[in-house]
Amino acid sequence: MSDVSVRRPEVADGVGTSVLRPDGIPKVTGTFEFLGDQHAAGMLWGATRRAEVAHARLRHVDVTPALAMAGVHAVLTLDDVPGHRYQGQKTTDEPVLAEEEIRRCGEAIAVVAADDPETARRAAQAIVVELEELEPLTDLEEALARGELFRHVRVRRGDPDARGEVVVEDTYAIATQDPAALGTEAGLAVPDGNGGLDLWGPTQWTHVDLPQLAACLALDPTQVRVHPARLGGAFGSREDLSMQTHLGMLALRTGRPVKMVYDRTESFVGHVKRHGALMHYRHEADRDGRLVRVEARLLLDSGPYELTSAAVVANSTYFALGPYRCERVEVDGYALKTNNPLSGAMRGFGANQPCFAAETQMDRLAAALGVDPLELRLRNAIGPGDHLATTGQRIEHPLPVAEVIRSVAAIPLPDPLPGPDVDPRRLPGGTGRTSPPGALVRGVGYAVGLKNLQFSEGFDDDAEARVELTPDGAVVHTAAIEVGQGLVTIVAQIARSTLGMSGVEVAFDHTGQIGSAGSTSASRQTQMAGGAVLRAAQAVRAAALERAGGDDLDDAGVWRDGQLVASLADLLADGPLDERVCFKHRPTDVPDADGQGDLHVDFCVAAHRAVVDVDPELGLVRVVEVAIAQDVGRVLNPLQLHGQIEGGIAQGLGHAIMEEVLVERGIIRNASFTDYLLPTCLDAPEVEAVLVEEPSPWGPYGAKGMAELPTMSATPAVVAAIRAATGQPLTRAPVRPEDIVRGAPA
Amino acid sequence: MIVSLTVNGEPRTAEVAGFESLLWVLRERLDLRGAKDACLQGECGSCSVVLDGDLVCSCLVLAADAEGAEVTTVEGLGDATSPHPVQSAFVAHGAAQCGYCTPGLVVALAHLRENRPDASPDDVREALAGNLCRCTGYGAILRAAAEVLGRGDPGAGPVGDPDGTRSQGDGEVTP
Ligand code: FES
Ligand code: FES
Repeated sequence: MSDVSVRRPEVADGVGTSVLRPDGIPKVTGTFEFLGDQHAAGMLWGATRRAEVAHARLRHVDVTPALAMAGVHAVLTLDDVPGHRYQGQKTTDEPVLAEEEIRRCGEAIAVVAADDPETARRAAQAIVVELEELEPLTDLEEALARGELFRHVRVRRGDPDARGEVVVEDTYAIATQDPAALGTEAGLAVPDGNGGLDLWGPTQWTHVDLPQLAACLALDPTQVRVHPARLGGAFGSREDLSMQTHLGMLALRTGRPVKMVYDRTESFVGHVKRHGALMHYRHEADRDGRLVRVEARLLLDSGPYELTSAAVVANSTYFALGPYRCERVEVDGYALKTNNPLSGAMRGFGANQPCFAAETQMDRLAAALGVDPLELRLRNAIGPGDHLATTGQRIEHPLPVAEVIRSVAAIPLPDPLPGPDVDPRRLPGGTGRTSPPGALVRGVGYAVGLKNLQFSEGFDDDAEARVELTPDGAVVHTAAIEVGQGLVTIVAQIARSTLGMSGVEVAFDHTGQIGSAGSTSASRQTQMAGGAVLRAAQAVRAAALERAGGDDLDDAGVWRDGQLVASLADLLADGPLDERVCFKHRPTDVPDADGQGDLHVDFCVAAHRAVVDVDPELGLVRVVEVAIAQDVGRVLNPLQLHGQIEGGIAQGLGHAIMEEVLVERGIIRNASFTDYLLPTCLDAPEVEAVLVEEPSPWGPYGAKGMAELPTMSATPAVVAAIRAATGQPLTRAPVRPEDIVRGAPA
Repeated sequence: MIVSLTVNGEPRTAEVAGFESLLWVLRERLDLRGAKDACLQGECGSCSVVLDGDLVCSCLVLAADAEGAEVTTVEGLGDATSPHPVQSAFVAHGAAQCGYCTPGLVVALAHLRENRPDASPDDVREALAGNLCRCTGYGAILRAAAEVLGRGDPGAGPVGDPDGTRSQGDGEVTP
């Protein structure tokens, strides 16, 4: 890179510092306007009538009772969809509103716009719906037997005859997890008076919503402006359209702004979940603990529509082993079509489920061999120059697998088991005062997680950004979605360090103002949106220096030999300084028939250690501490990075001991925060983190994406710790009290 | 019916329906959208306000029952020019990520600080256990609480250590 991009340490709030969020004060004072806080003059409220069974034939819908109600302005069904009747990010297979066959509980049948939300809700209930219930397909093995699948990803690599003497084989299950972003789905559509509309909805990628919306609403893409959302969290659940098309239809029909807010129960059927999975594994090793053969069969429950499941199952398959060498690998991953709740993206994107099974297998293999579980992992750890055991891709960039394992093991263990005078709130069961402290057992468990960065399998991935100089400083423009993770801080830091100016603000543009930044997912925006901002800032700096004939730029203007030669205003007198860059990462391959190829841009790795106290009589667990050593490239903002680690660990802990979407006949039985349990601050473990910094050769300032790994291997590490404390097999997550007391059911 | 109450020190009146909650009336009739609506079932604390000195889930309070009451919402604690110490601590510790839980947590912690300034770290955890946060994992929130209460939580990392992480890099950073 040229010298215009060298970090200027004197710049305030640049990379490497714990810059505070610019939206922090609005958020803590209650003035930050979330999606659900938006209003528009003359606004109507929308509501949705949904199916209450998972599989049915829709016999008849009569909207007249709803239309007859005072204050109701529109009641729309599938026949009212102006354009294409199906939506979906990759395959458009999800009907905008129910067609003849209803395939999931919660499927939207009709939408209503009314003067106020209560009228809208009552009108939606007044719609007469006649259904003939059909038998739902809910069993994964049955779905596979019937060929109901979206994708089968097959990996075959190495010598088919390779066999190991020491064999560990079992079946694992992991439950469906709800992303449970605290802000429910909310949105607003506003007609523009020229036949088009402005739309604010729950999204992680406005430019992927745009073509779907334009097609369904029969509008030209230039007639729809999808605005960046101010979300109350996402974690993957806003990757697919929920209410957006409905809002657009209602706004176009009524000619008035329409707002919709899902309540928590509706939210449970209004967004995608982390796939529940059934996984069969067979590991074979030689007497020295070298992995010789791994066979895995992964069944993922996608629900009835494809959405992102084809990409999710690819990740599950390619990361089925973890970061280990192996002579022979045979993995079959299936994304299965059922009448269960819709699954899609969630933090880790398919890599989490096999991580639970495969890391458990590693522990059991270590036990069978009589070696330390970390030693077994170190003996098999891959690193730069090695090949990924599944896809065969050579690891080109830093990937400190052994380092994260050694680093997490080196973190001092927390204080021993609590004594008799401990505050009961530090015990499993908390103030419920269950077993006496003397009856507790402590366990320590480890797990390692490997994941890809960015999109894979030949996806043409890019991000656009614009950096503009103004007389008051610089403005970064991006369509990337700030979901709470702190992109707004990171891209400003990158721009500051690159420009040499501390006065940088971030503007989140709508789809009509700037090109796509790609999705806020796949741990990609620090490197992708950040990479585009870096290059745009480099271009602006170079142009400013050239225009004024200077050798340095700061908040005052351009300098030459220590003298200010042009203020920002002087510079801009000769025309704007404004650079737009579209950044692409290196291309990736499409897999061959054996799942082989350079399918991924880059990789990241982390190791977790969990320490738990277990009450073995009542099956209660308290997670005392979770330690992590993580490959982060370079730390751009230590405060935010630690926040991602702690938050990610809490979600992984939740999936280990409490979070499970309970489904019967395709119907969610715990669609509320009363019954779907999330970790509270009484469940929050102490978190110790070691950041292993080996700079990425292509990420801005050496940074890698990092926000998914803290969740991934936290789940198997916590379960491993409970296993170590209890001796129970625990082949299912989350672990339930009865699994601890009686052992896992068959 | 018409309900009269004092909100953040100002007398307010609102036309309300019998089934409407205090949360709804604050947000939709009085234009105070700080309090949030993440569950509407009393499980998440995002709607927390102080009602006649008590911390309540405003989604569970009928607006009609707030007749004559004094209500403090997150907007009443401080603003951008003079934030409440709890609000400043939340920003400084990175305790707001998406920020959806934040108004409720800020109100709950400010109420705790006023009523139980001697709360121990375990008291703080118990007091805030009714406020769900999906983003932060609570560490930053507990560090903010420790700062405003003037004592550390051994389970939340030392006060004044913004990140609590140890980095193995040499600190040199280039693009
Ligand atoms: S919205 Fe009131 S407790 Fe959740
Ligand atoms: S910061 Fe997002 S829920 Fe707490």
